[in-house]
Amino acid sequence: MEIQAKSADRNLMLTFIGDLDHHGARNALRELEQAVDAALPKNLVLDMSGVTFMDSSGIALILRAQQRMQLLDGNVCVCNVPAQARRVLDAAAIGRLVTIK
Amino acid sequence: MKTKASNEVTLEFPSRSSNEGFARAAVACFAAQMDPTLNELEDIKTAVSEAVTNAIVHGYPESIGKVLVKARICPGNVLELTVKDRGRGIPDVDKARQPMFTTGGEERSGMGFTIMESFMDQLTVRSALGRGTTVTMKKKLAPRMKAGK
Repeated sequence: MEIQAKSADRNLMLTFIGDLDHHGARNALRELEQAVDAALPKNLVLDMSGVTFMDSSGIALILRAQQRMQLLDGNVCVCNVPAQARRVLDAAAIGRLVTIK
Repeated sequence: MKTKASNEVTLEFPSRSSNEGFARAAVACFAAQMDPTLNELEDIKTAVSEAVTNAIVHGYPESIGKVLVKARICPGNVLELTVKDRGRGIPDVDKARQPMFTTGGEERSGMGFTIMESFMDQLTVRSALGRGTTVTMKKKLAPRMKAGK
């Protein structure tokens, strides 16, 4: 799992590349927290366009991002979600908690 | 009673998280002979990933143990998957199956069983404290038109 970070004007975009399973999410969670702490963004975009597989470990990561951004009084948006990952998010009704575009 | 399988495969591996990807890819390869749709194959991979991750995270939280995955092709185009560990066991299975319930800390969402239930047709969980957990899942694959027949 690789994460690319782009930050400008208190907007942070994290692009996830690879399998977002329990194995991949361990490092991803740490990198996400470090990136958010460094950028202190107002808006956080989680770009899932490079995710080749996702299970409930991805849900934990998204919910963690949401909690972190609530502390900063900011927003989270999950975008470019591939079909398989989308079905996982829908099965868990995560759209009720986080904005998915 | 156990239904007769027309084909089956058994995998056994240590509970290292690097084997999660291997387990779902291996089961998907085996299931490919049932001519599944892409969606069905992704559902199977996701369910395997959830069950194997549970065995790794909750079955053997402080040690490395063996995880067993069995895939069987049963009559009626049904795929039966069994994921078994001989680890710690689940104290309260009904509670563990509830959405958002987890003992796995912030790394886990508590949605594993919900996703297995949603992506497969049937889910059975048997667990004994100190003896391990066996998850059995079944999915009936849609019959497909064979080309040229």
